[in-house]
Amino acid sequence: MLRILGKIQRIGIVTEPVPRLDEPALTEIGEQLKARVGEQFGGSLAIREVDAGSCNGCELEIQALNNPYYSIERFGVHFVASPRHADMLLVTGPVSRHMEAALRRTYAATPEPKLVLAVGECGANGGEFGTSYASCGAVSNVIPVDAVIRGCPPTPLDLLRGILEAIGRRSSDR
Amino acid sequence: MTPQDQLAPFLRRLADAGLRVEAQASPGLAPAQLILVQAEDWGRLGHEAKAWACRWVAGWGEDTGEDGSESIRVNACFEKAGTYLVARTAVPRATPVLSSQTASYPGADRPERHMRDMLGVVFSGHPDARRWTRHQAWKDSEYPLRRDFPAAGRPQAQTPADHAYNFLLAQGSGVYEIPVGPVHAGIIEPGHFRFQAVGETVLKLEERLGYTHKGIEKIAEGRDAEGLARLAGRVSGDATVAHAWAACMAMEKAAGLEAPPRALWLRALMCERERVANHVGDIGAMLNDIAFAFGFYQFARLREDWQRVSREAFGHRFMMDCIVPGGVALDLDARFIAPMRDEVGVLRKQIGRLMAIINDLPSVADRVRGAGVLKPEYARALGCVGYVGRASGMDFDVRRDAPYPPYERLKVAVPLHHYGDINARARTRLEEIAASFDLIEALLAGLPAGPIRVGWEHPAAGAEGLGLVEGWRGEILSFVRFGADARIARFFPRDPSWTTWPALELLIHDNIVPDFPVCNKSVNGSYSGHDL
Ligand code: SF4
Repeated sequence: MLRILGKIQRIGIVTEPVPRLDEPALTEIGEQLKARVGEQFGGSLAIREVDAGSCNGCELEIQALNNPYYSIERFGVHFVASPRHADMLLVTGPVSRHMEAALRRTYAATPEPKLVLAVGECGANGGEFGTSYASCGAVSNVIPVDAVIRGCPPTPLDLLRGILEAIGRRSSDR
Repeated sequence: MTPQDQLAPFLRRLADAGLRVEAQASPGLAPAQLILVQAEDWGRLGHEAKAWACRWVAGWGEDTGEDGSESIRVNACFEKAGTYLVARTAVPRATPVLSSQTASYPGADRPERHMRDMLGVVFSGHPDARRWTRHQAWKDSEYPLRRDFPAAGRPQAQTPADHAYNFLLAQGSGVYEIPVGPVHAGIIEPGHFRFQAVGETVLKLEERLGYTHKGIEKIAEGRDAEGLARLAGRVSGDATVAHAWAACMAMEKAAGLEAPPRALWLRALMCERERVANHVGDIGAMLNDIAFAFGFYQFARLREDWQRVSREAFGHRFMMDCIVPGGVALDLDARFIAPMRDEVGVLRKQIGRLMAIINDLPSVADRVRGAGVLKPEYARALGCVGYVGRASGMDFDVRRDAPYPPYERLKVAVPLHHYGDINARARTRLEEIAASFDLIEALLAGLPAGPIRVGWEHPAAGAEGLGLVEGWRGEILSFVRFGADARIARFFPRDPSWTTWPALELLIHDNIVPDFPVCNKSVNGSYSGHDL
């Protein structure tokens, strides 16, 4: 136990503006995100992630949002296990035809009002897989999509920025 | 001994058993040897290969249509002590029936069903008549890999859900069923698990995969070499380097060219980095699944650090699209060599300290020891590769046993365990991290100078190639055939997950349902890599 505490103390908090890469500071995007989530979602934005047929690359980057560098929960954003608890669906893929029905049902199970973000080149336009006997292509071919986050895969920062923009757009729509 | 010498006794054995077998030269398949077998002998070939202690590696078919023949070609790949053999036969397109090899090799079960769903080859004597890859996206009378099936298919306005699959049912008092998926609770890929349980104990798990089937084999057709490399790099995103390498290796063999030494060393460097990233991340995820958050966050932090260096050095956090036909897409700047070496030193120390803490905790040991045991005889029967196989006594690693450049010049330490529980898989992976660190140091120290890419040469129509690469999950087999105009006529990538998904069904038996997530994570099959 002492050793665990020691390690925790030695490492300290690694959550910080992304070093070395010349991208806008994570904290800046994060603080804006936190403010918007505060205004519009009572401080808590619940996201249900749906892999509708991806190559799993997008999932790795979405998972990374939970690592101590990005630690997305500190901005009031958390991933939930059921669409029934979700304000937002984060959908990766091309939507495989074998996942089509499951995606429609997940969408139907998400309470209104809901936001849908299509993630990755595949979610945005089918990516390398396009549309075929096995793939419906873009997420918007299957369910209504509010915004897309491009990239193959989008980096964790791209994802944060995309989520921020999507809820920003929602407020300006009103 | 050459591969021919090693195979001679097996070929004699086949002749003695009355099989008419003919060896044929196919330089693109080297080091694998090609033999032609009569269709009626297919099942017996499996029987003899098993008796000779071969591992069944993969099976795939080809509708060779364009040469005017009315036949479908079927291949099965075997391996023994690092020697590979590709057996090939042909069946008439009108009556494509072959005897199954599943009786000899349970690992051939799903691949044969995949071939039936995709190509319409019927395997007589197969113990399971149910479809596998096909859900409801195409009709059971249609076969996507046939020449006359358009890549666009004939989709319905909405693809119906697939609820008519006959899961096996356990009976008896107190037995109940838990259906899980395809949409899972976490941020993971989709698939369906059907548990039969009594109390908390799992009597039986049945997997239903195929949800992420994206038609990879079909949409590969007609691509040029670069296009195929991009697609191969998306068979399973977490193994993008290894799959792209295997596909490029296959294409280069078909074209009769070899990437320059510096490119090969850089490929290996990226592949070892990919191995470390995934093992480190998964060790953390396993700790998360046993509710040890400290371990999860520590390993997640290390993985993030590691990927940031990949991004700086190779321009992409997963090094996607860095491997291209004929070499690599970009060179490693000399200024990254020292930091990468230092990074290995730092990580080695960090992991050592973390493991000293974790090894001390009875609560961790309690969850991972004796849980999720894959017995060595099951691993052998299924032909499990990678860390799942090596944690259950399967002593095989392509890098050491059938080395491809640059590994023939490097020392590859291959950890081996026999107990087959979660602990053994985690140990194997930790030891593989250490081995990759040694390799990365050696690769950085010996990185040859010179060009990173050779000019691409169009392979002749019909040229074929086989790529074999030890990805982080284990052996990847990639088969490529070129058609006219140097376009891809056939691409078949066999992800190691094909060998480990069936293992998960066996190793979960008699464990408690709440241990399923960590058992699953300790195997970590790729859904996408399997579903294609
Ligand atoms: S966008 Fe790229 S990483 Fe994401 S699923 Fe598609 S191919 Fe994979």
